[in-house]
Amino acid sequence: MTKKNFLVSIIFLLVVCALPFLVSDYRLFQLTLVLVYAIALLGLNMLTGYNGQISLGHGAFYAIGAYCAAILMDKYGVPYWATIPLAGIVCLVAGFLFGLPALRLEGLYLALATFALGVSLPQLLKYHHLEKWTGGVQGIVIAKPDAPAVFAQAGLPLSADHWLYYFTLAVTITMFVLGRNLLRGRVGRAMLAIRDNPIAAQAMGVDNALYKSLTFGVSAMYTGVAGALGAIAVQFVAPDSFNIFLSLAFLVGIVVGGLASIPGAIYGALFIQFVPNIADSISKAAPWAIFGVFMLVFVYVLPAGVAGAVQMALSRVRRNPRRVVP
Amino acid sequence: MDAFLHQVFAGLATGGIYASLALALVMIYQATHLVNFAQGEMAMFCTYIAWSLMNAGMGYWPAFLLTVAFGFALGVAIERLVIRPVRHAPVLSTVVVFIALLVILNSVTGWIYSYTIKPFPSPFPASSFLGNRFMSPHELGSIGITFIVLALLYAFFRFTPLGLAMRAAAQNPESSRLVGIRVGWMLALGWGLASAIGAIAGMMIAPIVYLDPNMMGGILLYAFAAALLGGIDSPGGAVLGGFAMGVLENLLGAFVIGNELKLGVALVLIVGVLVVRPSGFFGKVHVTRV
Amino acid sequence: MKRLVPIAALLAAALASPAAVAQKKYDPGASDTEIKIGNTNPYSGPASAYGTIGKVIAAYFKMLNEQGGINGRKISFISYDDGYSPPKTVEMARKLVEQDQVLFLFQTLGTPPNTAIHKYMNMKKVPQLHVATGASKWNDPKNFPWTMGWQPNYHTEGEIYAKHILQTKPNAKIGVLYQNDDYGKDLLKGLKDGLGAKAAGMIVKEASYEVSDPTVDSQIIQLQGSGADVFVNITTPKFAAQAVRKVYDIGWKPVHYLNNVGSSVGSVLVPAGLEKAVGVITTEYLKDFTDSRWANDPAVKTWAAFMKKYYPEGDLADRSNMYGYTAAKTLEQVLRQAGDNLTRTNIIKQAASMKGYRVDTLLPGISMTTSDDDFAPIEAVQLERFNGKQFELFGEVMGK
Repeated sequence: MTKKNFLVSIIFLLVVCALPFLVSDYRLFQLTLVLVYAIALLGLNMLTGYNGQISLGHGAFYAIGAYCAAILMDKYGVPYWATIPLAGIVCLVAGFLFGLPALRLEGLYLALATFALGVSLPQLLKYHHLEKWTGGVQGIVIAKPDAPAVFAQAGLPLSADHWLYYFTLAVTITMFVLGRNLLRGRVGRAMLAIRDNPIAAQAMGVDNALYKSLTFGVSAMYTGVAGALGAIAVQFVAPDSFNIFLSLAFLVGIVVGGLASIPGAIYGALFIQFVPNIADSISKAAPWAIFGVFMLVFVYVLPAGVAGAVQMALSRVRRNPRRVVP
Repeated sequence: MDAFLHQVFAGLATGGIYASLALALVMIYQATHLVNFAQGEMAMFCTYIAWSLMNAGMGYWPAFLLTVAFGFALGVAIERLVIRPVRHAPVLSTVVVFIALLVILNSVTGWIYSYTIKPFPSPFPASSFLGNRFMSPHELGSIGITFIVLALLYAFFRFTPLGLAMRAAAQNPESSRLVGIRVGWMLALGWGLASAIGAIAGMMIAPIVYLDPNMMGGILLYAFAAALLGGIDSPGGAVLGGFAMGVLENLLGAFVIGNELKLGVALVLIVGVLVVRPSGFFGKVHVTRV
Repeated sequence: MKRLVPIAALLAAALASPAAVAQKKYDPGASDTEIKIGNTNPYSGPASAYGTIGKVIAAYFKMLNEQGGINGRKISFISYDDGYSPPKTVEMARKLVEQDQVLFLFQTLGTPPNTAIHKYMNMKKVPQLHVATGASKWNDPKNFPWTMGWQPNYHTEGEIYAKHILQTKPNAKIGVLYQNDDYGKDLLKGLKDGLGAKAAGMIVKEASYEVSDPTVDSQIIQLQGSGADVFVNITTPKFAAQAVRKVYDIGWKPVHYLNNVGSSVGSVLVPAGLEKAVGVITTEYLKDFTDSRWANDPAVKTWAAFMKKYYPEGDLADRSNMYGYTAAKTLEQVLRQAGDNLTRTNIIKQAASMKGYRVDTLLPGISMTTSDDDFAPIEAVQLERFNGKQFELFGEVMGK
């Protein structure tokens, strides 16, 4: 990384860390959700943006992650921080397993299969034989973790909201750094190659089947981790929280944020968190109509999303010819 | 045995619903090779237009015909204005556009008409000499209409020059252009027909499930499963797939797995068909040359 | 400096005098000129049919404001869409409490949404008043002193049907159709609890359905096939209409109990076919505009005029609009009782001290009573039977 980039990153990090003391608890809660969605969107982006496999059902993995965290905390007393990696592992396996039959499906067919997954999951969560774990339609209420006592002792009293924000931030940064290394390296290039020309990629020695299934798994893992964090932040899981509109919101997020772009996940998360609130003040029934219109606008006018627009603007400012799409 | 028969007939009635929407889905696929996620909402929107016309005093059949014409125009407009710009874009863009249409149509309809359910009239008598025990006259009538539409479609594609031109445009756009076929308008025509079929489906479905903006939500998934089962590019297959889907869903729900997993059945069916036999029972198997 | 002490003493005496007891007391959200009330409703998404409740309540407060408000204060009714999604409800509730600084939340809708904010509201000591759900868990003042329900709860409704079945048909074979969510299961549990030890023997078939199912025809056939001669129908309007129609069409003639949520004449029985609904039994606590026996009732006429002027796009046949209006009138009474003491503690206190208060759109004989250990305002309902044109009350008012 260049010295300038490093400096920018440090300043960005400082601002992000100072936020809890600058904004209200309610805003902080919203920002925590933005971080959660950013992780989920990075996961979906890996699958759809980088690897070209369309998923309209990623809400299902978010739900699995959330329920993992809730069941572990509620029924087995697992501490909240341990549920995150556990949820990730469960979703990694689940994603990989779903990725196997998905290998045979292309484009629209995969979209259809994942759409079916997204639509049918809430009913599966309500299934009465699973009720003793999932809590059925009543859902599961979980307790919000308090900040560790060491902070209060050091004279820096952190509220539960503050602590949750920092915890989520730490997980987000970890996931993003890991993801960046993955996507910028050999694996990322293989994923892109499979997206752009699977036959040529295969001919060049890339094991399509392995990479595609692994990408599904890793993408599900990211979204599952996000789900677990989301469950802890909201303190409640119920089947109604995870319907098809959640999966569609994720799709909106990556299209608006920018496909195949890491900062795109953050732009997209900001969009899906804050735009419904703005839309609410325009018209009560409108939020999804506005989402729809935004989706169309971005597809026609800004196919590279906000990230692409930002890069274009920056390159104009720098007068440096830079590639807009990786 | 009586219960079994009863479930079969009820399944055929529900299957008729799936079949009519599946027919519209297949129509779009045959014309454009696209899976239209917004088909259900388009059909629902047209049905509301019909409701508005009838509410304003128009009789059933005039409103019906006007709505079919409106559905046709809507389909053409969507193809020309919304789908056309992304026809060369990657598949994801098309999917996003479909989803956008889905949510916009759903929200706008809810905003204009509110979400309270409304009864929708049926052109068929309320009871018939056969009695309503196994199937109501409306359900029988809608199945009849679905078969009529199917027959008309078959005749259109098989025996008219326009139908031939449409099939050519979908199968081989370049060569069709060379022969003088206006491929762009053929696609628009395909969309118009599919949308009109969807409008008919909507008007047949609404009397059974009652009219509300979310009425197509559950049906769409089953219609997809039906279309895949029968063959996404075979209209006859899709109709048969619809009936099969309805009967299967009812029998499984009543005797095997209970009512709580019906959507799961649709999921398994969709994934299963796509993985094992993507062309369905009656579709053509596509071989891609590498 | 020495002179300030007597002046200070004088001021202290003046402030401590009895006249100061009648002084205004405000918590965040209340002032001399306004009372801020928060609400979340599903205006979008799968449950958006209920969004009309938030709209009719807003319209009612608009009318009140035009008439001068309550005790000279205008009502600011701030309602946000939560799409029936619990995470969104949490976010909107926090916004209302922490950012908009409302005095309390009123008629937040849905069991999962309210469950999600239950702990938060009680931790923040902000009233979660008259929640718009019939779940039985909102009547728990010992553990959740800031949460209060409003409508007769589903569990009680199920118990009432059970009681009636035991009285009239003790050897009945019961088939149940229920919506597979918290409301359906709550009512079913009430039915079972009401039947007590006989439940397992009497209920021969339970069939559930999802909101996403196109029809419930298959379930109705299953229920007929089970040999049931009593049918307990726990469905929402769309499916209630389908069920009523199908039961008639297949020639099944059970004793048909239809739950309150799905018994509106205009939006359920008319689409199903009035002749097909003869004999249907339900419980009711509100006056149904579409039931012709109230055609000349002054309360209903007032309501219709209100709807026409302040909420013209609302559907008169939609029972939710009568529901929301009655709830809003209840709150009006609570606020009037609170007078100038607009603290959160006092709001809950006033809501918990209703003694037989009647809103005129409630059925005759039904009133609201609350106390420190009774946070369920309406617990009474009346059984009624449909005769092809109207519902006819029978028996006495059941419940408290």
